[in-house]
Amino acid sequence: MQHLMRQIPHRAISLLATIGIIFVVSGIVISLSWAQDTEPNPLLGGQTTIYNDTPNAFGQPVPGLEREHELLFFVGNSFFNQNWVSAPASTTARDGLGATYNSRSCAGCHFKDGRGQPPVDGAVGTGLLIRLSIPERDQITGENLPDPNYGGQLQDIALQNIAPEGQVVIEYEEITGEYPDGTAYSLRQPVYSITDLAYGDLADDVMMSPRVANQIIGLGLLEAVPEATILSFADPDDADGDGISGRPNYVWDVLAENTVLGRFGWKANQPDLLQQSAAAFNGDIGITTYVFPVENCPTIQIDCLEAQNGGSPEIDDDDLAKVELYVSTLSVPAQRDYDDPQVIAGELLFEEIGCAACHIMEMQTGEHPTIPALSNQTIRPFTDLLLHDMGEGLADNRPDFEATGTEWRTPPLWGIGLFGTVNGHTYYLHDGRACNLEEAILWHGGEGQASRDAFMNLSAEDRAALVAFLQSL
Amino acid sequence: MIKRTFFLLILLSISLSVAAQDDVETLKSEAIVTYADIVYTSYADSLETATTLNEALVAFVEAPSEETLDAAKEAWLVARDVYGQTEAYRFYGGPIDDEDGPEGQINAWPMDESYVDYVGGAADSGIINNPEDYPEITADLLISLNEEGGEENVATGYHAIEFLLWGQDLSADGAGERAYTDYTDADNAARRGEYLLVVGQLLVDDLQGLVDAWTPDGEDNYRAEFLALPADEALSNILTGIGVLAKSELAGERIFTAYDNQDQEDEHSCFSDNTHNDIIANAVGVINVYTGTYNAVDGTVVSGTAIADVVEAIDPDLNATMLDLLAIVETEVNAVYVPFDQAIILPDAREQVFTTVNALLDAGDEIVVVADALGLTIDTALPE
Repeated sequence: MQHLMRQIPHRAISLLATIGIIFVVSGIVISLSWAQDTEPNPLLGGQTTIYNDTPNAFGQPVPGLEREHELLFFVGNSFFNQNWVSAPASTTARDGLGATYNSRSCAGCHFKDGRGQPPVDGAVGTGLLIRLSIPERDQITGENLPDPNYGGQLQDIALQNIAPEGQVVIEYEEITGEYPDGTAYSLRQPVYSITDLAYGDLADDVMMSPRVANQIIGLGLLEAVPEATILSFADPDDADGDGISGRPNYVWDVLAENTVLGRFGWKANQPDLLQQSAAAFNGDIGITTYVFPVENCPTIQIDCLEAQNGGSPEIDDDDLAKVELYVSTLSVPAQRDYDDPQVIAGELLFEEIGCAACHIMEMQTGEHPTIPALSNQTIRPFTDLLLHDMGEGLADNRPDFEATGTEWRTPPLWGIGLFGTVNGHTYYLHDGRACNLEEAILWHGGEGQASRDAFMNLSAEDRAALVAFLQSL
Repeated sequence: MIKRTFFLLILLSISLSVAAQDDVETLKSEAIVTYADIVYTSYADSLETATTLNEALVAFVEAPSEETLDAAKEAWLVARDVYGQTEAYRFYGGPIDDEDGPEGQINAWPMDESYVDYVGGAADSGIINNPEDYPEITADLLISLNEEGGEENVATGYHAIEFLLWGQDLSADGAGERAYTDYTDADNAARRGEYLLVVGQLLVDDLQGLVDAWTPDGEDNYRAEFLALPADEALSNILTGIGVLAKSELAGERIFTAYDNQDQEDEHSCFSDNTHNDIIANAVGVINVYTGTYNAVDGTVVSGTAIADVVEAIDPDLNATMLDLLAIVETEVNAVYVPFDQAIILPDAREQVFTTVNALLDAGDEIVVVADALGLTIDTALPE
């Protein structure tokens, strides 16, 4: 025993040393190969990411909030979820609905803070609305002028004894095709019409744009991305010749009374979450704020103008701030299956066929002015927040500030794999026309055409891998 | 000689720490079983009290009167004190709230009462007063309408029943005062009665499902699955449930929001003014889970190795701190001014409400620390 004891240490050391060196060297080799390709990193929201793939995945606050914000988050949540009622009401904190509107609550369309869907069989309030405008612009702000009788948006619900503006009817035309490998596909092209118009004709040159409600996660992070970073992604004249020409939208900031960079909304027409939320309150629910203190009633709609309001404004500044906090601090769920070989393969393809040129994979946030937890995070939103021409097929033919009728903002892809779980549907794109992720890819035209073609030319196995990657986000 | 002793000492300390590690592992397994037993018994108690409630609802609808209405209300209040404790098992996708979980059907809140029945200023509102669109009130109908088009469009569950028994709370110093004649000669009285019976039975059916999921007599049920999980996963779920309930749901959504808005509509049981009991029941649920003890309705006590025991074995100081914080929670929730809708308005009462909020937040934060000490990361809304 003692003899053994003297010998073991000596041999053990050289054996351990050899093993140790092997480990260290292979560790270096492994991490080098990871760095060369893609780092599997499921923390889409950086340190603010949460792990949740349940139906409540989109409703969690960002970790690391200051205690006061933690608490106010819940108040913001209550305003986001609550049904507004018509004024006057015994429940005075929440009256002032309408008189015409699209939903009684934010959550009605952004159900569980998720993605809205187009209506089926004449339903209303499922999360799609129609923006309206005429080709002229406001001289000062550059905004589209509203339809004279119907305003900037069709409101398809109204208070008792008041007529809703109209109803949206969607018909789908099938577009079929085949991949080069013979696999068939089918897309549905929506055709929109408005019926039951209650306040006269729409303008002859009215422009309509359908929009579904976007998921509310990660918005504070996006707001914290420095302007310089977004602009660094832009290449309006395609100077680098890669076929991608993202450009910023410059939009009217109502409070600053100035033109600034836009980054929120399907065409990046909102500059910040405060204005976005206030505009949604006003246009979608009929609730006034200090940002938009005038009710959304076109001049011809007397009943709307004469309807009682719920105070001035109908949601006070503090409470609006809590809603802004809420929509700023909903956490991004972590990527699922990030180390699944199929997902990893899909991510490589995502880069190879050029998706990542617009759906930028990673960036840093700067200093958030009020919420430290959102500052200096490495995030993976898969967007450049810029406008891109997506071709005729997807066009709404309705310009919005600098955005043309064929341009759309690159939507963030984080969370898209959870719509099924959170919202019980898998409708994608600005009007939910794509029934799944594959269809969404097939709709990419214009600047996205090359990537779409490359996708079509992939083997079925590779296509499946790419979709699996998207599903993991 | 010295080397041999040294070697043996190393061997001894290794085997001791392995043994101690074995001890902790054993405690963990036992604590997980205790948890499953508590969950089962409390759901069984919820089912029993909901069955009694349902019987009272049937008796009421068959013969509406002050007496039968009061009996139904009483049965509802009793059932709530039990169910409230079971909310500690939410938030990790267990049977109560997985993709098909019945939580939204059982306890969705807040509720826009005008979705179900008439309210002040809108005599025709609600499913009950809409025989054109909803000629027949069935369980399938109400299930499909529940949370349809908005999270506040609640059609089923405890709070729908609450509203149907108490009506809107329109007074500052009392609960709702719905007349029993709403079920005799008021408009749509018969439909109202049908509605009450349908939601009462649905509640019982939903709770039965939870009992089946957790019964020790089940073979392939969730309990079996839960007990077969790696200990760390089960513990993570257990701690997630009580952490999120304490910190987010109870402190944030249920107490602070009402405190901040000072709006009676934001209180949890706003029709019956029973919110103070809801708060206590939720807090007791958290304490039950941590201390491995549940006081059943029949007077027996379910208990065994607790999470507390596991923590004690790893870090006695941490356990002491956790128990202290839970004791503070217990004190504060029991000191909340009654009724709650006044507690959020009267200045002195408000101060104590805010103290309660902070006590729950502190406890929730500490649960995260406990999880950390057990080598777990709780994967929800709790900040570090």
